[in-house]
Amino acid sequence: MDNRYYFFLLAVMAVTTYLVRAVPFTLFRRKIKNPRVKAFFEYIPYTVLSAMTFPAMLYSTGSFIGAGVGSVVALILAYRGKSLLIVAVGTCAATFLVSLLQMFLPF
Amino acid sequence: MVLQKRMTFNKGFKDGLIIGAGYLSVSFSFGIMAVSNGLTWWQAVLISILNLTSAGQVAGVEIMAGLGGPIEMMVTQFVINMRYSLMAISLSQKTDKSMTVPARIVNSYVITDEIFGVASSQESVGFKYMTGLGIMPVAGWTLGTLLGAVMGNILPAVVTTSLAIGIYGMFVAIVLPVCRKSKTISIICIMAVLLACVFRYVPFLYAHISSGFAIIICAVVSALVGVFITPASELKEEADG
Repeated sequence: MDNRYYFFLLAVMAVTTYLVRAVPFTLFRRKIKNPRVKAFFEYIPYTVLSAMTFPAMLYSTGSFIGAGVGSVVALILAYRGKSLLIVAVGTCAATFLVSLLQMFLPF
Repeated sequence: MVLQKRMTFNKGFKDGLIIGAGYLSVSFSFGIMAVSNGLTWWQAVLISILNLTSAGQVAGVEIMAGLGGPIEMMVTQFVINMRYSLMAISLSQKTDKSMTVPARIVNSYVITDEIFGVASSQESVGFKYMTGLGIMPVAGWTLGTLLGAVMGNILPAVVTTSLAIGIYGMFVAIVLPVCRKSKTISIICIMAVLLACVFRYVPFLYAHISSGFAIIICAVVSALVGVFITPASELKEEADG
């Protein structure tokens, strides 16, 4: 790829991405007083994470079944209140084992 | 005081480890994708260092590969990454006094879905914590891109893909405990997932609405419903506390 074209588009891309984050974060500093607006911004993190996780989680690995088992393990561990690290490691391990099994078993 | 500050930084750093590990595998596939689209390894790495976003970068590389123009690049990045604006305002509600204007100019750079998710699960967010939190994700994101671009085919796929799911496990671990405590939050989270399923499984929507934009719609609609269904008495309590 031509370097001049690359650097020009990279600059446009990076500046846009940065400003989308920095402008609201820098200018919007006051605490919201209105209880409904406040509640909205309290809910947003959880609805964003939920929408990002399912169903995308099921397609995040090469194996739908492996990812499905990993998701169930994640839900059980998280429901039991395990730490972020334990849940993440458990999810990876379960997915890895199932994916590995699938490579050797005929289903 | 100094000790407390260092501990805050260390806590952020530790919380960032899982995100960094998750980013390593996600950016690994970005590295492979960028090189297969005609970029060199250093061009791919530079994109990752300067943007620190997954969906936006994939779209950006596709535009570069198609020799698209700057307007197309700007509009695409704006739409896909608009959710960061929402997250920035939400995070602003949790920042403490150490989050001065220069601190915000620095920390803005690390507002990503995952870092936001972890940061907003904290009681309050300061400059030290946020800076510590960002280090490993930036390192993992950059290193993963480099590794993917240089040696994508060496590691067995079963290893790299199994690492990619860990980050979602972490999201589940953030959301589920909160759902157990709040009925409203559990309702709106289920709703957000159902809406996300609609965007994923209705072919027309899946083909025409980018994943970044779909996330904004699902999250905003569900959160608005949450505001609507929360009893006024509960709202007042939250406002006081």
